[in-house]
Amino acid sequence: MADADLNVFVTEERIEGEDDGPLAGKTVAVKDNLSTEGVRTTCGSAMLDDYVPPYDATVVRRLKGAGATIVGKANMDEFGMGGTTETSAYGPTRNPVDPERVPGGSSGGSAAAVAAGEADLALGTDTGGSVRNPAAFCGVVGIKPTYGLVSRYGLVAYANSLEQVGPLAPTVEGAAALLDAVAGPDERDGTTRDPTEAVDDYPDGSYADAADGDVDGTTIGVVSDLVEGADEAVVGAFEDAIADLESQGAEVVDVSLESVEHAVQAYYVIAMSEASSNLARYDGVRYGKSGGYEGNWNDAFARAREEGFGPEVKRRILLGTYALSAGYHDKYYKKAQDARAWVKQDFDEALSEADVLATPTMPVLPPKVGDSLDDPLSLYLMDANTVPVNLANLPAISVPAGEAEGLPVGLQLVGPKFGEHDIVRVASAVEN
Amino acid sequence: MSDTADEERAASVTADDVRHVAELARVDLDEGEVDEFAAQFVDILEYFEALDEVPEVDTEDDLANVMRPDEVRDGLSQEEALSNATETEDGYFKGPRVS
Repeated sequence: MADADLNVFVTEERIEGEDDGPLAGKTVAVKDNLSTEGVRTTCGSAMLDDYVPPYDATVVRRLKGAGATIVGKANMDEFGMGGTTETSAYGPTRNPVDPERVPGGSSGGSAAAVAAGEADLALGTDTGGSVRNPAAFCGVVGIKPTYGLVSRYGLVAYANSLEQVGPLAPTVEGAAALLDAVAGPDERDGTTRDPTEAVDDYPDGSYADAADGDVDGTTIGVVSDLVEGADEAVVGAFEDAIADLESQGAEVVDVSLESVEHAVQAYYVIAMSEASSNLARYDGVRYGKSGGYEGNWNDAFARAREEGFGPEVKRRILLGTYALSAGYHDKYYKKAQDARAWVKQDFDEALSEADVLATPTMPVLPPKVGDSLDDPLSLYLMDANTVPVNLANLPAISVPAGEAEGLPVGLQLVGPKFGEHDIVRVASAVEN
Repeated sequence: MSDTADEERAASVTADDVRHVAELARVDLDEGEVDEFAAQFVDILEYFEALDEVPEVDTEDDLANVMRPDEVRDGLSQEEALSNATETEDGYFKGPRVS
């Protein structure tokens, strides 16, 4: 199948960066929820079909400053809500490894662009796995940074407390180099931190330099709870990769995180609640689909929103509204925040016993296009291994760990807060 | 779990509940969507029930002060701010006419 048929980009347009810089000569696909001045940014939604941002996201500005050339706005699940890139209003993206299958999501266009060679590198965003999931399904590397490492200014918000912009690349070193270019505090995003001030003994050197393949003496904690739920074929490839790291001198221990059993529920309650609030801004007046209705404001907005949003976005807005509504707030939202604190605590304890934690990135192999959309709950369950990391605000990387049934399997490594160097180092050993 | 409990839960999200939440969220739905969502929400909310088992956790977040001086600086121009609006009038956004 020709690359054009993969439906990687919503908008193909070249945006040239500076002549010189660490990313000079590199092409980058940018997920279509990252604002690009003068180039339309749809978020995969009909709501924003003709939205043209008047400013650049900080990460886009940094890409251009680093000399990268942006080659297009990559397809995605509508507003990031999905794990297969099938909820896009612009049609599904196909997996370059097997075009009958989904590329994962929600940053499916970004991962497919890298896997198909349409771009050297890509930026995605990860709210509950949306960089790592498509990286795993397309056989490339993807990093979800520590919350606060990368600016969210100009990222169209879905669930602010969970999401980070993250790099995708064919290699660990490539992804790390892209992270070097976009990371760091931003006065326009008050949640960004300077990692050298946020943690003691922050390592010198770039993230790319940390990709030295040296795993000797590193302790890797295998999260048994998240291996047990995975398909047999995935577990086989995962265990082979762990055994290989052990043969390179890593010490492997088993860890258990009791709280992760509740992570998917907590994640969806929090993400949907935040989404219901964030997406209230789409009334069709300042931007977005207006429908041109007259009469009662609320009726006019409700009709515009019916037309502009797809089913998964409506589902999440409604469930989020429900979870925050009088009488249900304590039952759902407050308990989800408790679960989030519990997950954080569990990770902190596990990371006191191991330098990094390992799981299969996805518990399943990439499904076929059209196979999974009918049952939203089964799609949510596919996120079991990725969402705990967002709840805990931690960094994680997905690195290819061989194949099963001819399809890529991803290994996920989770590090301590601002421990990007650690996960990059261990992931680079997986490539050895 | 008994069948009776399942039936009680199934009855706990009605088409009217979905319509009510959709009204709060300002999203119109057609009747097909209302019925489909009602059925799906039963499954999803039942899955969320497991949150009841979560213990209370004492948290000590390390909070950082991110306040900065409130200094005036350039923002979007009026023209830029209006550039994506379907309708504008005299430099303002124009909303639906209130009948």
